[in-house]
Amino acid sequence: MTTTPGPASDHDTPDESIDSNVFGRRQQRAFVARTLVLTGEEIQRAVRRMGHEILERNASLDDVVVIGLERGGVPIARAIAAALDQIEPTAGGVPVGSVDASFHRDDLGSQPGSIIPAVTQLPFAVDDRHVVLCDDVLFTGRTVRAALDAVTDFGRPRSIQLAVLVDRGHRELPIRPDYVGKNLPTARNESVRVSLDGVEIGELT
Amino acid sequence: MTGIVVVGGSLHTDPATPVDVRIRDGHVAEVGAGLAAGDDRVVDAAGCVLVPGLVDLRAHLREPGREEAETIRTGTTGAVLGGFTAVVAMPNTEPTLDSPSAVRDVAALAERALCEVVPAAALTVGRDGALLTPMGELTTMGVRIFTDANRSVADAALMRRIMEYATGLTEVAGGDPIVISHHCEEPALSAGGHMHEGEWSTRLGIRGAPREAETIMLGRDLALARKTGCRLHVPHVSAAESVAMIADAKAQGLPVTADVSVHHLCFVDADCAEYDPVFKVSPPLRTAADRAALLDGVITGVIDAITTDHAPHEPHTKEFPFDEAPSGVIGFETALAALVTQTELSLDRIVEALSVEPARIAGIGDRHGRPIVTGEPANCVVFDPTAEWTVDGSMMASRSHNTPWHDTVLRGRVRHTIVGGQLVVDGGVVRS
Amino acid sequence: MTDLLTIDQLGPDGIREVMACADAMAEVCSRPVPKVPALKGRTVASMFFEDSTRTRTSFETAARRLSADVLNFSASSSSVNKGESLRDTVETIEAMGVDAIVVRHRSSGAPQQIARWADAAVINAGDGWHAHPTQSLLDVYTIRAEGRSFEGLRIGIVGDISHSRVARSNIAAYLALGAEVTVVAPPTLLPPHVEALGASVSHDLDAVLAETDVLYLLRMQRERMDQALVPSLGEYHRAFGLTLDRAKSLSGSALIMHPGPMNRGVEISPEVIDDPRVRVLNQVTNGVIVRMAVLYLVLASTASDGVAS
Repeated sequence: MTTTPGPASDHDTPDESIDSNVFGRRQQRAFVARTLVLTGEEIQRAVRRMGHEILERNASLDDVVVIGLERGGVPIARAIAAALDQIEPTAGGVPVGSVDASFHRDDLGSQPGSIIPAVTQLPFAVDDRHVVLCDDVLFTGRTVRAALDAVTDFGRPRSIQLAVLVDRGHRELPIRPDYVGKNLPTARNESVRVSLDGVEIGELT
Repeated sequence: MTGIVVVGGSLHTDPATPVDVRIRDGHVAEVGAGLAAGDDRVVDAAGCVLVPGLVDLRAHLREPGREEAETIRTGTTGAVLGGFTAVVAMPNTEPTLDSPSAVRDVAALAERALCEVVPAAALTVGRDGALLTPMGELTTMGVRIFTDANRSVADAALMRRIMEYATGLTEVAGGDPIVISHHCEEPALSAGGHMHEGEWSTRLGIRGAPREAETIMLGRDLALARKTGCRLHVPHVSAAESVAMIADAKAQGLPVTADVSVHHLCFVDADCAEYDPVFKVSPPLRTAADRAALLDGVITGVIDAITTDHAPHEPHTKEFPFDEAPSGVIGFETALAALVTQTELSLDRIVEALSVEPARIAGIGDRHGRPIVTGEPANCVVFDPTAEWTVDGSMMASRSHNTPWHDTVLRGRVRHTIVGGQLVVDGGVVRS
Repeated sequence: MTDLLTIDQLGPDGIREVMACADAMAEVCSRPVPKVPALKGRTVASMFFEDSTRTRTSFETAARRLSADVLNFSASSSSVNKGESLRDTVETIEAMGVDAIVVRHRSSGAPQQIARWADAAVINAGDGWHAHPTQSLLDVYTIRAEGRSFEGLRIGIVGDISHSRVARSNIAAYLALGAEVTVVAPPTLLPPHVEALGASVSHDLDAVLAETDVLYLLRMQRERMDQALVPSLGEYHRAFGLTLDRAKSLSGSALIMHPGPMNRGVEISPEVIDDPRVRVLNQVTNGVIVRMAVLYLVLASTASDGVAS
């Protein structure tokens, strides 16, 4: 479950295992939901549709790998990979990995929330593969920018495509998604909370 | 010549009764209610108590030799602002006060002082613990206290000779006993120690000086005083055991007196926890139990006097690491207020320990530490016991700022100081 | 937190945060090109007032792997010998524009003092006998990397406790994580009031060996011989050295650790150095990883807008 707060960044990334905050300056702001914009069922449908679009674009899944962006993009990546495996089963399934873009951000120390980076897990080579980079919410585009650098540190993919469950607008960089679960017009000061059970719009208080 | 009339205050011995005090020709001329001012200058003492001028038995004025840290002029400016009308100057200057000429030089410099400066002379030449200073000649010049300041005479045989020799100088001194004031520290045991050896030194990883460094040397000195009959003074007692040893010695009739410094009554070793070298003193701040025993020693009179051990160090020297920084704190301007604020001592006991007793020990009891009654020399202080102020090291009169009370709110402040009948501090400001 | 001065300041939560971050750094170090731009544009000054090639190299490697610029200051090449105060020196370095200062000093407490004067983040790389928090963190990481849980783990620290910053910080770290710590040394190498450190005390290594999960040997400084703290290095080795016989009484799953550099024939017999239970090289590797984590966390805590946590 992730919440995208106001302008500071795309992401708030609470750590599952570390809930202390000796380092950093986590803002203990509560999310107050206002509107449910996607139900769990609608998310499943959107993920499935994105799976079909990915297959359509890439003709074959042989060279496709799916990489979730820590932390909110990881469950989305898993769901998309599962959808791909269902649509067109391959031996061993579509490889799924995760990257943490913290080390490539341009705003070290100013993003809210935990500053403990997650461990990047790419148990496969990205060279000459089609990388589908997955995130939950696309907002300013800065996290994706950092993630592109993080992924290309590991090699030279044939292409990197971007899949997001929600595009809430307000881009600050020339980045556009290839696959979108739902376009969701928001105000800048609104927050979007995402889990596989639903997507809500609300405010941080 | 006109005098001063201090109006609206009361004597510390009877704070409930308002009295005015007229001072003329260096003496208390009249004490009573509703004195008419006449031609005399009126000094406001509303809400204040009058106490005898304070006497510091132990202060480092640094001149000559380390004028960048303090001069006799700046040091005594701080002293009078703190209510002191006499200070005993330690001989650890450069050159050491170990010769008649050096003492004469300081006496000459002291003419520019704002209060009386009583030079103490060294026990050994250069305070090197090897050769006796010309104690006889120095005594004829008026020296009554001999001390190697913050150094111990490690050689017991030499210490015995010093004590024996001193007992023979009483006649030269006109009947006053010569006081041997000896810093008690067994140097081999305390070598390299920068704070009290205990739980805190272990936690902080700082080499400690054990309490036994003090008690072993004190035990030796007391034994030698018993043997020689020398008039021994034990300065800046820091350990609980030392208080007990001095109590025993006094009970046995030994001619021994002792003092404790204000900071040992206010702080403990745990105050070093932040590694601020302003809490580095010699002897070191010890435990809360030691502090309690020292306070008890003052209350019961085992410890006769309280001193500032005023030890200025130029500002940057306290910006060195704890183990490289010099020991010592400044204390004139904070002494009285710190005792009032941070200890349970009564003002009466503070006055005895910070004025009457040290004056007697220093051999100036004829003119300092006197009761405020008609005919007595006029060395006195108007003290506002309720005024609250925040200590600011950089605002001290001293050339140095090393006060452990920096940023502390203290209660009680000297309003006026009268030295030899002259109003030297007027409304908390030194009169130019 | 913007300075790392002691383990106490971290507490168990802070230690766990460093460990979690170090996991991410370990992944970075495993890459073909072990470098990320996390601290690009940040300057880390290493101020070593006491020589320590190992610790300095470890920190500088860590800083470079995070793309920080490294500014190198050593006491021998500075003016500290010309009567300049510690504060003067620090303010001079800071005026060159540094974001973090890594301090090693022979005086206990110097990093605390520097942290009071400096706006930059201060990381303690060892001060006097007081603290060496990054050493302890790398030791914790090394034990944790073996899959050991600290709760109830029996750790014996052997040697010169009195003069050891490593001992003080490691005791604090292990106790914070729930381990049982015993210090083993002759009374002359234990600080007065050793109980203030919170560990159990033994003067008999043989008595504790069988009950030890981690045996941590401290370096015996040869200069201690001058102070008559132990009669001779030979006697020390016979009583407190890890000999082949003692290594045999140690459990097969035990870990043997040492902060380095090891004195062969003093803390440890030469024939034990290659024992498979020795983790000394892992400690060195993990040193870089953990120092990357510390640099990252401390600088990420120092917001770029200058507002500290």
